[in-house]
Amino acid sequence: MYRYDRIDQQIVNERVAQFRDQTERFLRGVLGEEEFRVLRLQNGLYIQKHAPMLRVAIPYGHLSSKQVRMLAHIARTYDRGYGHFTTRQNIQFNWPELAQVPDILAELATVEMHAIQTSGNCIRNTTSDQFAGVAHDEVIDPRPYAELIRQWSTFHPEFAYLPRKFKIAVSGSIKDRAGTLFHDIGAQAVLNDAGKVVFRVLVGGGLGRTPILGHVIHDALPPEHLLTYFDAVLRVYNRFGRRDNIYKARIKILVKELGVEKFRAEVAAEWAHLKDRPSTITQAEIDRVSSFFVDPAYESLPAVSAQFEQAEAEQKGFANWVKRNVFRHKKPGYAAVTLSLKKTGIAPGDVTDAQLDAVADLADEYSFGEVRVSHEQNLILADVKQDDLNAVWLRAKAIGFATPNIGLLTDIIACPGGDFCSLANAKSIPVAEAIQRRVEDKLGDLDYLHDVGDLQLNISGCMNACGHHHVGHIGILGVDKHGEEFYQVSIGGSQGLGASLGKVIGPSFAQDDMADVVEKLVGTYIDLRIEDERFIDTVKRLGIEPFKVSVYGNKKEIAEVENV
Amino acid sequence: MSKVIIDGAIVDDTWALVAAADAEIPDAQKIIVPLKIWQAKPASLNGKTVGVWLDSADDPSTIEADIKSLPIVAVNFPTFKDGRGYSTAYLLRTRYGYTGELRAIGDIQRDQLFYLQRVGFNAFSIRADKDIAAALKSLSDFSDVYQGSVVQVSPLFRRRQNIATAS
Repeated sequence: MYRYDRIDQQIVNERVAQFRDQTERFLRGVLGEEEFRVLRLQNGLYIQKHAPMLRVAIPYGHLSSKQVRMLAHIARTYDRGYGHFTTRQNIQFNWPELAQVPDILAELATVEMHAIQTSGNCIRNTTSDQFAGVAHDEVIDPRPYAELIRQWSTFHPEFAYLPRKFKIAVSGSIKDRAGTLFHDIGAQAVLNDAGKVVFRVLVGGGLGRTPILGHVIHDALPPEHLLTYFDAVLRVYNRFGRRDNIYKARIKILVKELGVEKFRAEVAAEWAHLKDRPSTITQAEIDRVSSFFVDPAYESLPAVSAQFEQAEAEQKGFANWVKRNVFRHKKPGYAAVTLSLKKTGIAPGDVTDAQLDAVADLADEYSFGEVRVSHEQNLILADVKQDDLNAVWLRAKAIGFATPNIGLLTDIIACPGGDFCSLANAKSIPVAEAIQRRVEDKLGDLDYLHDVGDLQLNISGCMNACGHHHVGHIGILGVDKHGEEFYQVSIGGSQGLGASLGKVIGPSFAQDDMADVVEKLVGTYIDLRIEDERFIDTVKRLGIEPFKVSVYGNKKEIAEVENV
Repeated sequence: MSKVIIDGAIVDDTWALVAAADAEIPDAQKIIVPLKIWQAKPASLNGKTVGVWLDSADDPSTIEADIKSLPIVAVNFPTFKDGRGYSTAYLLRTRYGYTGELRAIGDIQRDQLFYLQRVGFNAFSIRADKDIAAALKSLSDFSDVYQGSVVQVSPLFRRRQNIATAS
């Protein structure tokens, strides 16, 4: 993974000093509330319901075991012994003291971490595929480009006070696991006719109040031009994006109002001045940054491990876990393991300090000392020998991270919701738990879950959509109705290159009804599916109507629900 | 006389600012007027040294033709959160070739100065209720930067090797 040199380290250290000074000025009353609010947000610091919340960046989802141990230390020392992995490759601490935040940042800086631009109306933490560099379906390793984008965006002087937040995702594989269609900029690496890597650049995707899939504005951008092209996109947005209405300030609204053609032309005109100028990335720099992302010292192993196959045949629990939580590796004899942070009764993405320490140990013993974070809020050991899978499974089980549910109904993406977040209309965590409990208690064992198969259920506590509800096969959105918490349900959303936005099935429900609603939707799918069709395929084939009927019954009942 | 930061030093402000298009033109010899007045060129400007200030929505290309003769250009930040002025400054310096005094006015505070100087501002009218001497310190918040802009055109990746060798 990327390691800081003296200059990278100095820049992060100077940020700590700058923020310490800003915090002290605020606490002394020299810096006003509103001025400090904007500055602290650009350092990931929110004032939440209970206490400040600090969001720490995990650039493109990469962590060393040393960094994981530091996160454990921070959870233990400055928080209440836990942290929360978010849906954008960050980790949040919910209970720090404002006056201690500079100390936390100073500790993070010692392991090359920071909270720079994890919030605020600026360019946010750059995200990518959690399997980058090890995926069997990769066109190019996106991490060097993600790191170059991280550096370019860090303290970009011109784009720190944008109309609204700005999120960039980079993907390098055939399957898009980075959500490039719903980012302000999504960059997808593809091979051109000459066999060279180029980027397809999408702009104006996003979820939130107005969910839109991104539009392709450049279909073959050579990698060396990424930063000048992004400068052009950002300059057009900074100058012409709306600032009169917070709900219309994202770049997606500018693209919509100008039209894709006009927007593309504006960017092209701006880029004409920047192309081939000094910000064009040099081959030497691409080589330098790429040198941090070379393969670890893999052993030459047979493609199939006899030891692994035997354990799989003999232990059903292990086999179930392998089926869901083990991802095919590019290297024979290796596998990528997803540790599930979606155990029933635990808020999705939450980890304790002890679990973090245990994960760091696992990484050191079995995966070259590295850990990845996915936007689905799970952790990944990317380079595990197949021979070691059984041992890793047992160790993961011992810390509660071996729930065999990756990609299944209970692998729920959820924002912190009304329990923590002051923006939320409704709680997310209890809804996730009710659904997980229903699957466990009423619907019987794991066979049911595995039989239902791939099903992404996403929950957001408000229309800011941190839980990515629009792209859940089942999406749940917390809404406020006359001061009470209700939940709107949509189906048919999906991620990946063929991403789609879910359609709302009808009037919203009370929290207590949510497990019933999900059970009915899943039951309808089981009744109507053809062969090995997935939930999302059935919804796409039949539309939402049969699902609607199963949930609401006849029209009279719909009317009654509406009046609640 | 009020103070202003120019080229890293606190000095007397020798310019009078005409804050609105319908404001009276003061007696002062050196004045900075809104774009509208500057474009209208009323007789009341005769004999004065006249600079122009652009508001955050004003297009910097409107002053391109006169860029060489302008004694000062100011860019207004109605609030520090309105970042359009950063692009305005970048364009004035790089695209339209403005080399004279470029002054940030309006809601200008110390925590924005580092970025403001990078996009080409060399003068800063610090908000009257803020400590101008303290603000000066923030011009050196960071000793190096990653990306190219007006000040430091060359991104770090083109300089990293030299810096490493020098140290």
